[in-house]
Amino acid sequence: MYYIDPHIHMVSRTTDDYETLAKMGCVALSEPAFWAGYDRGSVDGFRDYFEQLTVFEPKRAGWYGIQHFTWLCINAKEAENVSLAREVIAMIPEFLDRPGVLGIGEIGLNKNTKNEATVFLEHVELALRTDEQILIHTPHLEDKYQGTRMILDMLCDDGRVNRERVLVDHVEEHTVRLVLEQGFWAGMTLYPVSKCTPARAVDIVEMYGPERLLVNSAGDWGPSKPTAVPDFILEMRRRGHAESLIRRVVYENPIAFFSQSRGFVFNPPDVAEHANV
Amino acid sequence: MNVRKSAAVFEQEFLPVRAKLLEVAAALDRLDRADGSLATDARRAKIQAAIQVLLRPEDDRAEQIQLIFSRPFEDDWRKKLGVSEVRK
Repeated sequence: MYYIDPHIHMVSRTTDDYETLAKMGCVALSEPAFWAGYDRGSVDGFRDYFEQLTVFEPKRAGWYGIQHFTWLCINAKEAENVSLAREVIAMIPEFLDRPGVLGIGEIGLNKNTKNEATVFLEHVELALRTDEQILIHTPHLEDKYQGTRMILDMLCDDGRVNRERVLVDHVEEHTVRLVLEQGFWAGMTLYPVSKCTPARAVDIVEMYGPERLLVNSAGDWGPSKPTAVPDFILEMRRRGHAESLIRRVVYENPIAFFSQSRGFVFNPPDVAEHANV
Repeated sequence: MNVRKSAAVFEQEFLPVRAKLLEVAAALDRLDRADGSLATDARRAKIQAAIQVLLRPEDDRAEQIQLIFSRPFEDDWRKKLGVSEVRK
């Protein structure tokens, strides 16, 4: 089955991973800007990173027939340096019209601090001013519930935010309802230990239905599995779910969400699949 | 949406659940065999509370366990952090 991984950090993965993804049916992916594992020291460090995201990664993905899209921001983990964050936010528009740029992301909170909230709001302001879509990172583990509630508070306060153009990522059992009920898209991240497992992600699809739900691997430099979306597909099949439902979550939903971005120019695979097998 | 029969789900889940329960039991035994006390470690109390949730009849156990391991949300977080409200 063709699928799209809507959140994966390929700069941290090998070219062999691109080949494996292609063999597993991945035809497109989107790569949000994120933390490199260390705090970058200057705005030029981010400029180089955005160059890699918008030029080299699409080329590397293309070697295996995968279409690469991206999102730009300074990650919440680096938001404590507010002056650098503001320099980066001011520089981002240089890249927004490049092919494959879908919007601002992954922005959000990490430890739910004042500086993180300030930088988050300034990113949202940039997205609204430039009419970009938004991809949101919600915090890890014990900080997730509190941080997700804070993020939703900030977004729902602002009447200019079109909730259908915002994806709130890394939802789990205690946050997915809050996100969907407020009209946002929700992403489930499949990780080996934290976040969701494939089985729990399928549980969430069964409980809430496929509307505005996405599933991703968020493969990066830490413990993660870039082929986690095929694991989700397999779990859906093991439970007897229709191919059309699986395809809706892993292929049609990402296209529906990304299609709201002017940077999403998608060439579907030549070989058509039957949606109602 | 496909709704499965409970007998079929149980058939698929019995061995994995059994294995996970044994892992938890063995980890708790391992803690008990170790030297020292965890009486003042709040995380140990959270583990205990989460185990209690497993015994409840409700069908939102996963959500409830997530909340046990979550920091509380306070409605007045903006005031406490000094972040002003955006009303546009």
